[in-house]
Amino acid sequence: MAIIELSGIKRHYNVGEVTVRAIRGLDLSVDVGEFVAVMGPSGSGKSTLMNILGCLDKPSEGSYVLDGLDLSSADSDEFATIRNRKIGFVFQGFNLLARTTALENVELPLFYNHNSSRRDQNERAKRALSAVGLGDRYGHTSAQLSGGQQQRVAIARAMVNDPAFILADEPTGNLDTEMTLEVISLFQELNDAGITIIMVTHEPEVAAYTKRIIVMRDGAIISDRPVENRGRAAADLTAWKAQNAEVQV
Amino acid sequence: MTIRRIVSLASRSIFRNKVRSFLTSLGIIIGVGSVIVMVAIGQGSQEQIRERIASMGTNLLMVLPARGPNQINRLTLDDITTLRNEASYLSATSGEVRLSENVVGGNGGTDADTYWSTSVFGVEPDYLSIKQWNVGTGVFFTEQEDSDRSKVAVLGSTVAAKLFGTSDPVGQTVRIGTAPFIIIGVLATKGSNGMGNDQDDVVMVPLETALTRLSQNRVLDSIQMSVVREDLMGAAQTEVTAILKQAHKIAATGNADFNVMNQSQIIETASSTASTLTSLLAAIAGVSLLVGGIGIMNIMLVSVTERTREIGIRMSVGARRRDILMQFLTEAIILSLTGGAIGILMAIGIVWGMSSWAHIAAIISPGIVVASAGFAAIVGIFFGYYPARKASNLYPIDALRYE
Repeated sequence: MAIIELSGIKRHYNVGEVTVRAIRGLDLSVDVGEFVAVMGPSGSGKSTLMNILGCLDKPSEGSYVLDGLDLSSADSDEFATIRNRKIGFVFQGFNLLARTTALENVELPLFYNHNSSRRDQNERAKRALSAVGLGDRYGHTSAQLSGGQQQRVAIARAMVNDPAFILADEPTGNLDTEMTLEVISLFQELNDAGITIIMVTHEPEVAAYTKRIIVMRDGAIISDRPVENRGRAAADLTAWKAQNAEVQV
Repeated sequence: MTIRRIVSLASRSIFRNKVRSFLTSLGIIIGVGSVIVMVAIGQGSQEQIRERIASMGTNLLMVLPARGPNQINRLTLDDITTLRNEASYLSATSGEVRLSENVVGGNGGTDADTYWSTSVFGVEPDYLSIKQWNVGTGVFFTEQEDSDRSKVAVLGSTVAAKLFGTSDPVGQTVRIGTAPFIIIGVLATKGSNGMGNDQDDVVMVPLETALTRLSQNRVLDSIQMSVVREDLMGAAQTEVTAILKQAHKIAATGNADFNVMNQSQIIETASSTASTLTSLLAAIAGVSLLVGGIGIMNIMLVSVTERTREIGIRMSVGARRRDILMQFLTEAIILSLTGGAIGILMAIGIVWGMSSWAHIAAIISPGIVVASAGFAAIVGIFFGYYPARKASNLYPIDALRYE
């Protein structure tokens, strides 16, 4: 079952007299349970695609059906509600609120969801934090957490509302190898549990952990292929740790 | 979002920046504080005037000749007699003539060698009780002395001091105009009347004496009366007007050649000046409240820019424009309301200090407290709206990318 259905998407901006064509006709379908990597050089239109997928931007042309919902005529309030209920964001720069505890950060999406009680929010946020392995760090602020931990808080925040899919924009761009493997193994774990993930990345070795790689160039998809011999980040992490430990000895 | 959630969210971000929040509120604190203190001082002095006028006598009613072109003063002793016979709500009545005379004589006072220019009141014995006044030393004149046109005088304490210094004037003689008068008493000190006049700068002589020996004619400058009970003031006023109209042969609907004024009308006239002053003070202090409001807008604008990324994050997880608007607006309102509350407490402290140490009359009325708290809230909404609106109009993509 397709959770995302993009057809004939075009997006152009008018910058003064010049029209920038960021996406020039794109069709994409993502099924439930997929783990998709979107790759491509800068300027290829992948950020614009992410913004459109994330309901942060509207395509100039084409239709977007998300989880059976046609978004062509949605206004900014409806977009906000969809972002709240259907999409979990993970950013390169973590984008956690400063001077705010991990728990409060994770609660944030629930804060804008009227259907949940305060107590329910708290419990769900705690559950999400435990799921990313930070069950003991509720009260830590971003400054007291490592980059990998911050990104895990961000992932917990993305998951807390049980979204239709997680949209990750270069989630490992700011992380070293160990933390990258940590985050990717977490993504694989979530994906194994049935969560759909779409991830923009520059790094082929990170993309190799996904199930499907889409390559963009000049505002269009030039390659779309499944990943063979998919790596397991958890295993690689253990191996990497073992190797590093030897070096230290 | 429920109001409780918005408020808790806004207060959390206020507490995250304690110093800045305090400095922001400071404008409102000072603004609200100074409005209340200024108005308290204004109302305090108004109340003082009121008290002093009330000290002239309670339940006071007076008849004054009408002033204006073609108006002739026709208040006479006959009117007093008529009032005494016919009016049912009056407990005491006294005619009054006011004359300006030079008083000569005395010893020991600063002006004993020359003379002292003062007001000489020709009054009847009831006058003292009507004006709630007492004799300090000696006695006041009696009805007998009044009808005998005795040349006796009672000095106000200022006149006594000017002519006799510390020595006792009772039994001494002074010359008022050309006639010698024996001093039979000195009045207790009464003080200023609230309009800057020294009520003790006076000499009182019997009314008949004044009319026959000092005055040029036999008309009265006023009739002073006490009404039996305060709630009968209105009835007494109507009755006195009717009686005197009849006595002066004026139709009930015609224009009277006199005015009947009660205490509150006199107080109103006197305190209107003070209330103008109060408004002026409040207006000046209000400007500082306005400046405080602009301070809030300034900081909120900075805050919106500084927190652009936070706004972006909130929008990306599902905050609607309305949610962002409410969050920032609530912050501004909380800042100004807390500022207002602190300002009110501060003002109460200052006013208390002023009245207990500096003895400045200042009264905080609940009305002004409510008004300035309300004004602080309005300032918060007014000056918080523009920054909040600016925050809510950000595009999530731009806000997220903002460094």
